[in-house]
Amino acid sequence: FVKGANASILPDSFGKFEGQLSSLSALQVRGGEMDWKADILNSEEEESTGAPPLEFAHGTTTLSFIYDGGILAAVDSRASIGNFVGSKTTQKVLPINNHMLGTMAGGAADCSIWIRKLQAESRHCELAEGRPITVARVSRLLADYLYANRNSDLSVGTMIMGYDEQGPSIYYVDNKGTRIGGDLFSVGSGSTFALGVLDTERRRNMKEDEAINLGIKAIRHATFRDAFSGGYIAVYVITKE
Amino acid sequence: MDSVFGVEYDGGVIIASDQNNARSILTYQTNLDKVAELSSHSAMGVSGPNADLVNFSQYISKNLALYELSNNGLKLSPHAQANFTRGELATALRKGPYQVNIMLGGYDTIKNQASLYWLDHLAAMAKVNYGAQGYASSFCLSIMDRDWKEGLNQEQAVAIVEKCIKELQVRFLIAQPNFIIKAIDKDGVNTLSFGADPADN
Repeated sequence: FVKGANASILPDSFGKFEGQLSSLSALQVRGGEMDWKADILNSEEEESTGAPPLEFAHGTTTLSFIYDGGILAAVDSRASIGNFVGSKTTQKVLPINNHMLGTMAGGAADCSIWIRKLQAESRHCELAEGRPITVARVSRLLADYLYANRNSDLSVGTMIMGYDEQGPSIYYVDNKGTRIGGDLFSVGSGSTFALGVLDTERRRNMKEDEAINLGIKAIRHATFRDAFSGGYIAVYVITKE
Repeated sequence: MDSVFGVEYDGGVIIASDQNNARSILTYQTNLDKVAELSSHSAMGVSGPNADLVNFSQYISKNLALYELSNNGLKLSPHAQANFTRGELATALRKGPYQVNIMLGGYDTIKNQASLYWLDHLAAMAKVNYGAQGYASSFCLSIMDRDWKEGLNQEQAVAIVEKCIKELQVRFLIAQPNFIIKAIDKDGVNTLSFGADPADN
């Protein structure tokens, strides 16, 4: 079945199929390791009477921040299937176009399929308008798709970052349709550990090598403490060029 | 958990909300503007998950703008805007409800009268002189019950709001360091103060 009458405010049938597929797969995989994910999703919508549940829903650590010469993104590379390490070498940063990146946290399939769709949509906009698309617009496209599909049990926690004529910007977008702009974000189960290091040691006027070292340090500390993060650390730098 | 409250005074209405944007144990930002301006003389403070907050308030404000454009600049009164908003919440209730709780305030430029409405996510609506949404209501309603009276001026209304904010900062479990306060009167919607400069999302 398709949950809710507002399942498709999407422009094409590809998205509609996607929505149905992910709700099917959610049904089949329910039970076992997916149960706690459902608990997180359900309890977020009610007032919690006890302590709020810890956010385990995205088994990864990704971070990005704006420094004085550009944007830095750092990610780990572990893909977990419950308590099993599925891959040590996942690629969690995907290019959207040649001046924008998107990071991936949450369901690997959900993230890669939606970012791939975003690649196509942003290229289409650029061709139609004849000028580079802005980060705000790209993130809004993704947020609108995810909001339309918010009842389909998707799991996406991505950061869309890049340079456009307004300067550098980072937008956090997730499967509920939340879209927040800012200059420092960390997403994933290890995000709180990474933020601890980032918040304490970050300064506004860092140089590129200091920013890279801080990104590596934050992910290293997160992988040390978080069971669901590990593998190698990938670092990306976006500058005006 | 968002704090949103409003106080009506003689000639206008104040809407205040916190500026935290958080989920589970993480605070994403502390400069979010949750008082959405709907039209030139109305605004609504919205509480709820960020996606519904942004999408619903933009949906309502764009629909109100469309009404103005399609009807030769004829504006809807705050009473009509509140009832339209409540209607949208009610229609969505059985399909995919918006999980937003709202304090809607407006100034009717024709009748020269301010009004404040309390709307919740189940599409209930009440016209009130003062009100609060969320946990703020547990702490602030008693302060407003005690201090509000007919014929307040703007300074007195702001004083009540600031008392409520101080109480939340002393007694509420969740730290909300920044609050944004807006006033709606015959001159439109003005931001009186904010804890942190709101980001433009």
